[in-house]
Amino acid sequence: MPGKPSGLTLTERILSRAAGREVRAGELIEVPVDLILANDITGPVAFKEFGRLGGVPVADPDRVVLVADHFVPNKDIASAELAKSLREFAAAHGIDKCYDPGRGGIEHALLPEAGLVGPGQVIIGGDSHTCTYGALGAFATGVGSTDVAAAMATGLAWFKVPETLRVTLTGQTGPWVGAKDLALAVLARLGVERANYMAVEYDGESIAALSVEGRLTLCNLGIEMGAKNAIVAPDAKTVEYVAERARVNGRGAGATGVGTGAGAPTTGGLRADGLRADGLRADPDAVYAGSVAIDASTIEPMVALPHLPSNGRAAAKAGDVPIDQVVIGSCTNGRLEDLREAARVLRGRRVHPRVRCLIIPATQEVYLRAAREGLLEAFVEAGAAVSAPTCGPCLGGHMGVLASGERCVATTNRNFVGRMGHPSSEVYLAGPAVAAASAVAGRVADPREVVA
Amino acid sequence: MSAKQASKQALTGTGAAGTGPLLEGRTWRYGDNVDTDVIIPARYLNSIDPAELGRHCLEDLDPGFAAAVRPGDIIVAGRNFGCGSSREHAPLAIKAAGVGVVIAASFARIFFRNAVNIGLPIVESPEAAAAIHGGRRVSVDLTGGLIRDLGSAETWTVRPLPPFVLRIVQSGGLINLIKERHTDRA
Ligand code: SF4
Repeated sequence: MPGKPSGLTLTERILSRAAGREVRAGELIEVPVDLILANDITGPVAFKEFGRLGGVPVADPDRVVLVADHFVPNKDIASAELAKSLREFAAAHGIDKCYDPGRGGIEHALLPEAGLVGPGQVIIGGDSHTCTYGALGAFATGVGSTDVAAAMATGLAWFKVPETLRVTLTGQTGPWVGAKDLALAVLARLGVERANYMAVEYDGESIAALSVEGRLTLCNLGIEMGAKNAIVAPDAKTVEYVAERARVNGRGAGATGVGTGAGAPTTGGLRADGLRADGLRADPDAVYAGSVAIDASTIEPMVALPHLPSNGRAAAKAGDVPIDQVVIGSCTNGRLEDLREAARVLRGRRVHPRVRCLIIPATQEVYLRAAREGLLEAFVEAGAAVSAPTCGPCLGGHMGVLASGERCVATTNRNFVGRMGHPSSEVYLAGPAVAAASAVAGRVADPREVVA
Repeated sequence: MSAKQASKQALTGTGAAGTGPLLEGRTWRYGDNVDTDVIIPARYLNSIDPAELGRHCLEDLDPGFAAAVRPGDIIVAGRNFGCGSSREHAPLAIKAAGVGVVIAASFARIFFRNAVNIGLPIVESPEAAAAIHGGRRVSVDLTGGLIRDLGSAETWTVRPLPPFVLRIVQSGGLINLIKERHTDRA
């Protein structure tokens, strides 16, 4: 006689809701998706595949979000054509959530901010960092363009229900240690493929203490461990954030559909009173593929050396690494809290004469609020260049491409060979405080060396 | 038979296990964590033309590869092949460069999914990936699940794909499968 079945992980619970039956790791399922995302690189390939289906309509245009962010403002004629195809596809299929420069920003900062993401949702995106949205208790995973095309046509996506790796972070973090430092420390401990094909479920007091913005940063790097999705169980902070975002974006009563999973109608936005965060947690007897506990109080401000995000060590122990450029921005660390952190270091100081320091707010709203708070002023006074929201330098696209042999400290998420420019250039990953301190010092530096 | 025909037949092949058409080619060997940024650098992502992507395949890892690779050649690599971004341009570039099949110790998740979805044959075998040298002639029988080093005559069996994934591969990709389903319903 089989005993009582064991409990579900958080990811299994969300996918069970979506499937309308209890599903467990290893099962192949096809479920309705709440949100489908594509950008100016992955969208055009998806449209081409969608076209091969022979004139079918988009199943639910309200669930599709298109963001031009990688090569915008358009860097050349070819990329201008890509961005144009986003607008044309949106117009042809009645997709009103199509974001251009001036109204949008970097997708993974934008979607939560625009109130499009919430607990319990199933989200796919033609971008690997779609895993970011797990910070709000959604099941969110990056896919390719063909998957996006298929989901636009059918409203469905297929998944193998992932096993879950539980990562528990305990203890109070030290000064200047933020979510990025935690993420780099976890990566250094687990490596770049420890979570391949798995869900990473974060819990513990250090996670509870993180702001929603910090959790977005943490989950953003899930893919760098190979994870299918990263997730934090929704709590009061999540509910408050989502409600606030729904209010700011004018989605009150009347709009529907957070975590509808089973395909209830949605306007693609979240209703302030429609949260389904309740009960969205792992069972105490859930079965995990592995559990890792890390004492976060021992984590120092981190830097990941080239050419893997898992090459993390304490910034103070990086040795003497002179640098040419600093980039503060991206979907990892381009939010308001990140800019505040950078300003704490840069205000009243000067960027080292050898260093170009580029600061890129991730969205228009971040940009505006940073301007109102005087952060942009502090950056410009320190000798930093401030740009409009774009992925730009993060992927070596434009606005900050590295020459041969140049070194850059970046708050982005990848330091692969050639990621930001010439194949012989180097990227050092860090959080905003370490990046800002390095800009001042002209070499990789711990903020405590710069700020007395 | 051209490599292109061979690859198409292997994907849709109906031969009994072990008798399916063979993919055969010369191997190019690379290490662990071959990421999507070196497979196709972002500076070329302003194009969606497969031929253009193919011309820059693996440029930042092996600048000579794209010019020297011959149709049907085989990439043999270590762990976590295709890690990094979700760009479908990566498997598209490899396919357009003429590569017939990629053998790796393991694949990153999104790359695996994209390769299946666009119909680029991939085979996971840590043993074969460890043993096969660069520049060898190797054959891969996708239907039969067998890799053979034609120089050393060593063989390795390959774990079969899950049935659902196999169905996508056999349809020649996800879009074709959806079309088939559509026709079934009509
Ligand atoms: S900021 Fe960088 S990692 Fe994030 S979506 Fe843009 S290119 Fe990708």
